[in-house]
Amino acid sequence: MNKKTKTPLIHITKRDALPWYKSWGIRAAAILLALIVCSVITTTMTGENPLQVYATIFNGSFGSPRKVWVLLQNIAMLLCIALAVTPAFKMRFWNIGGEGQVLAGALAAAACMICLRDTLPNALVIVCMCVSSILAGALWGFIPAYFKAKYNTNETLFTLMMNYVAMQLVAYFVIVWENPKGSGQIGIINQSTEIGWFPQIGSYKYLLNILIVAVVTILMYFYLNYTKHGYEIAVVGESERTARYVGIKVDKVIVRTMILSGAVCGLCGLLLVGSTNHTLTTSIADGRGFTAVMVSWLAKFNPIWMIFTSFLLVFLSRGAGEISTAFGLNQSFSEILTGIILFFIIGSEFFITYKINFRKSAGKEVASHV
Amino acid sequence: METKTAAIEMRNITKRFGPVLANDKVWLNIYRGEILALLGENGSGKTTLMNMLSGIYFPDEGEIKIDGKEVVIRSPKDAFDNGIGMIHQHFKLVDVLTAAENIVLGLPGKLDLKAASAKIREICDKYGFSVDPTQKIYDMSVSQKQTVEIVKVLYRGADILILDEPTAVLTPQETDKLFAVLRNMRNDGKAIVIITHKMHEVEALSDRVAILRQGQFIGDMLTKDTNAQEMTNMMVGHAVSLNIDRPDPVDPKPRIVVKNLTVRNLDGIVKLDDVSFTANSGEILGIAGISGCGQKELLESIAGLQTVESGSISYIEDDGSAEELVGKDPLSIAELGVSLSFVPEDRLGMGLVGNMNLADNMMLRSFRRGKSIFTDRRSPRALAEAVVQELSVSTPSVDTPVRRLSGGNVQKVLVGREIASAPTVLLTAYAVRGLDIHSSYTIYDLINRQKKAGVAVIFVGEDLDVLLELCDRILVLCGGKVSGIVPGRGAEKREVGMMMTKLGGQCHE
Repeated sequence: MNKKTKTPLIHITKRDALPWYKSWGIRAAAILLALIVCSVITTTMTGENPLQVYATIFNGSFGSPRKVWVLLQNIAMLLCIALAVTPAFKMRFWNIGGEGQVLAGALAAAACMICLRDTLPNALVIVCMCVSSILAGALWGFIPAYFKAKYNTNETLFTLMMNYVAMQLVAYFVIVWENPKGSGQIGIINQSTEIGWFPQIGSYKYLLNILIVAVVTILMYFYLNYTKHGYEIAVVGESERTARYVGIKVDKVIVRTMILSGAVCGLCGLLLVGSTNHTLTTSIADGRGFTAVMVSWLAKFNPIWMIFTSFLLVFLSRGAGEISTAFGLNQSFSEILTGIILFFIIGSEFFITYKINFRKSAGKEVASHV
Repeated sequence: METKTAAIEMRNITKRFGPVLANDKVWLNIYRGEILALLGENGSGKTTLMNMLSGIYFPDEGEIKIDGKEVVIRSPKDAFDNGIGMIHQHFKLVDVLTAAENIVLGLPGKLDLKAASAKIREICDKYGFSVDPTQKIYDMSVSQKQTVEIVKVLYRGADILILDEPTAVLTPQETDKLFAVLRNMRNDGKAIVIITHKMHEVEALSDRVAILRQGQFIGDMLTKDTNAQEMTNMMVGHAVSLNIDRPDPVDPKPRIVVKNLTVRNLDGIVKLDDVSFTANSGEILGIAGISGCGQKELLESIAGLQTVESGSISYIEDDGSAEELVGKDPLSIAELGVSLSFVPEDRLGMGLVGNMNLADNMMLRSFRRGKSIFTDRRSPRALAEAVVQELSVSTPSVDTPVRRLSGGNVQKVLVGREIASAPTVLLTAYAVRGLDIHSSYTIYDLINRQKKAGVAVIFVGEDLDVLLELCDRILVLCGGKVSGIVPGRGAEKREVGMMMTKLGGQCHE
């Protein structure tokens, strides 16, 4: 048959808003598909039983009470940074400097613990840590915002570079405060006196962090959705010209929002140093400043949905780590799996926004062409 | 005419966007040697239908025949191969290239600009265009750019031309020139489709009209057998009145006094040069001018959105005391009761937020009210519902994002909100830009009601006929200078057109 194709095989049209259960159905299907692809790859490349691999992934997060706590703690920290960058992204200010803002906060907290331990009582040290970490984070957010507002500099590059500045500063102070001398690291700060260590609730080491982040989540939800500030952020993000036109001072909103964004990142740095690790390293933020961007976008800037997206990402990375140890596969393999799963999740957004129409009776014609 | 074969036959064409039926089983014939005017209200599916001919959309159902042969148009290239060329509302030209370079851009084969220029000149001579092939696009006026677009499709061998609202950006003189060229092309046997909202253009230019309503084909007829009233009734679906009301101003008093206003834009170019005028309460002051000769800057200066180089703008209170507006921020000017509803080309860029729903858009003006840090969501909602009701905005609900509404409804929302703030001065620019006749009249009616309520209305318009019918006085701008102020009653269209292109319209006298 030599008849010319009548209609294109597929054509893509934009969908109307989908009801929530359909869009989440598509996302669930994407995860399922990702798991199938992962298992095919696992079996062909390593010969392991994919079901066993999945069980191990699950165990990585839920295998023991301790693992559950670690999971929750990691979710809390990732969520905290995601909450921090969300107002900025909602304003279409590309704050990829979460990493640096966390480091600035962490550095300030560690500085208070080390420098004030001999002069102030424990409670005051903790107060100083809180204030200075939040201020340091806020400063790290303020600097790029000020230049953006004043000189319209590119915030993406600026916040990115601020990450390196923070990292180098931390690296410098790690050497200044290294303990023991020559080790190149700080070690646990105030291990004997526990000055500046946040109180532990009962026997649950991470509970305080989790509770604080839960409160921040709720506050951020209300801030973004119900306050005048939140409304201004949304207007500036959607259309700067409209914002100017109704008399919103765009520069002020940019600076104010970035100070908030940085401050919450600083809070995260504070929790990491004061409550979780009691030490300072250049990798204390652990790339979360970037992962948080994904958490925020996947949840469409809704703080409540971010709980789920951050859970998903942490769950995957914990599981990936677990299979690399359980099966003696190297870390890269687990990263391949995480990559595949993320690819499917992000790709599913396309199918939520667009519909693909196949040519009717496409099967026949395609067959005749082949 | 019925006996000849159609250049294009569209049969049973259906196109859906999600749940929206944009075209519903449309049958349309386009003939050579004929100018067809495609009419319909906003959102009736005219542009969608034409986009399927030019390869931008693909129909869900139905078939297209060219000269009796069934064709498949999958891309703009397919459209060109079939001799169909479309001139869009927004020009698709590369600013830094010359006319000739733009015209040959993307064509296969060796680049031979000399040969191309010769061919361009030939086309120009044939139809009466004037294009300099070596002129850069950024040096061109809007009408010259449009000419380049038309030559571009002719160069590619199109003999079926589709023009989407080509006159929206032209002066009356330029429109006449365009029409002359289109008539030449028709006489040469080309098929021409023109989408327009202006009834007098349909009557002046077209041979046949086809009418769409809500995606459905309502009918077609010879232009000489019909009239504006009948066409409008078919478009709207019921009888409408086509007269613009112009009540006499009641007790006009100076409200805004502008003196020697000079404004430069960011590049340092003078956009307003020594402009002085007075706007009275209870009166509509029209601003006429070719697009981009200072209208936007003028309104923005009054609203406090523009840096003023020199001059003064005073707001006169009812008791006669004057307040200087230059140097005040937009917020405090708005609090005096000066309200700006500017409808830009993209309709949403200023004044509304596309992704927000109607209620949240109402809030833009009022969200600061009250001391609470939380926004009051209830009163904007009530206002949105009132605007929807009063102006018959067609929307599924007040929770629908504004960008989903059709152009006319978007503008009703914008104008409705500005009026709801009970302004004393209403600045409106291009309020009916791209609106169909029915929605336009709703907006004129709204503006007239404000005038009767004693509001000083400054109305920037692009349709001279409307300005002449609606306004009490018309200020004509020409290159940022006041070319003259004429009374609206009894003004001559040609004279105002002259004043738009030449200061004071001297060459007329």
